[in-house]
Amino acid sequence: MTAPHSISLEVNGERVEAYVLPRINLADFLREHLKLTGTHVGCEHGVCGACTVRVNGEIVRSCLMLAVQVNGASIETIEGLSDSGEISDLQAAFRERNALQCGYCTPAMLITAQDLLRQEADPGREQIREHLSGNYCRCTGYQAIVDAVEATAKARKDRDKSRAP
Amino acid sequence: MKASAFDYARASSVDNAIELLGQYGDRAKVLSGGQSLMPAMNLRLLAPELILDIGALDELRGITVQDGFLSIGALSRHVDLQNSPNIADCAPLLKEAIAHVAHPAIRNRGTIGGSLAHADPASELPACVIALDATIVLRGPKGERRIAAEDFFLGIYETALSAEELLVAVEVPLPLPNAAHYFCEFARRHGDYAIVGLAAQAVVDDRKLIDLRPVFFGVGDKAMHVKVPPLLNVDVTREALSEALQALDEALDPPEDQQANGVMRLHYAKVLLARCVAALLSRPDLANWETA
Repeated sequence: MTAPHSISLEVNGERVEAYVLPRINLADFLREHLKLTGTHVGCEHGVCGACTVRVNGEIVRSCLMLAVQVNGASIETIEGLSDSGEISDLQAAFRERNALQCGYCTPAMLITAQDLLRQEADPGREQIREHLSGNYCRCTGYQAIVDAVEATAKARKDRDKSRAP
Repeated sequence: MKASAFDYARASSVDNAIELLGQYGDRAKVLSGGQSLMPAMNLRLLAPELILDIGALDELRGITVQDGFLSIGALSRHVDLQNSPNIADCAPLLKEAIAHVAHPAIRNRGTIGGSLAHADPASELPACVIALDATIVLRGPKGERRIAAEDFFLGIYETALSAEELLVAVEVPLPLPNAAHYFCEFARRHGDYAIVGLAAQAVVDDRKLIDLRPVFFGVGDKAMHVKVPPLLNVDVTREALSEALQALDEALDPPEDQQANGVMRLHYAKVLLARCVAALLSRPDLANWETA
């Protein structure tokens, strides 16, 4: 009775149809079925945040959702955000500030930081820290990451200002 | 780790969910937001035979003001509570507490019904609904029943909810005039489970506490509502506050874990209650009770 279920969803703008066992979580589905390995699996119980993806535009822990639950949903992974250019400035800021070392936490850090920047154009450092509080980084520490997010927010604000008539 | 194998069913209605729960009983687990259930399954602390997904039941959504109370559907997510004008108006304690519940990605999935049914003794929402004197609405094969939040929580992960029932809503009485609230918790990292926390609902009139319902969490096997008669309907003196704080020695017997021992937790509980009274009465002098 633990038979596969058919699911149909959109991943990074492409329609995906699949049969999945109920026990397969979204992170493993993305990594192993779709080979989208930018979504990382760290703790598998919702603590480290490395598996963060967007579901219907909102960030979630993909290790805490079943693939069968995302039937009909639209998923965006780091591959989608990266390819579309949506976060190219944020990625450049991470590189410039040395806000990554091993890179394991980075895809989810980028997605979570972008989630904040979409909601809040001018976040303070405290607000950045709070929004990223569910994402662990074990090598650079958080200073450089907060720097990069702050710098991106500022650059986007300046850019929008210069575009204004 | 990965969850062990299970069957999956997507409930098509509340009645359908109750029917399936009737068939499977405690061999089934209800999947709401999954932010506590999925970790427990991935850690193999739980291995249900059936996962009953209630995520598509729109009848369990919605935060509405009804005749004399605020009704919160069980599937309301933490982020929905955070953004709801009705919550901000009628239960600001919940709005303040939600900011301390985990992190944005978890608040986008976790639900109030799931959190209450899970009954983690260190989590914020059970304490809040007790402080708010809320009623929990359960539906089962024999129909609906209502139970006071105070009587709903029985112990660690244990509630009055039977295996055949579904938690469908929470009803919060509308705030009285002069209602006030206080929320604070100590945690090592923002969003972590509290070492000790306090949620309190109060009525303050003429710089006196007419009513105060302080509920501590992280201090025992469930959220603990502590009665504080020395603080009510009087001009609160340092002596009255000391008396109320000493009563915590009797009322609470906090456990020890890797984060704190019982003595430290009890101390934190006292600090929080003193700060609570000081904040509600705008009496900063009372917050420094130790140095007096």
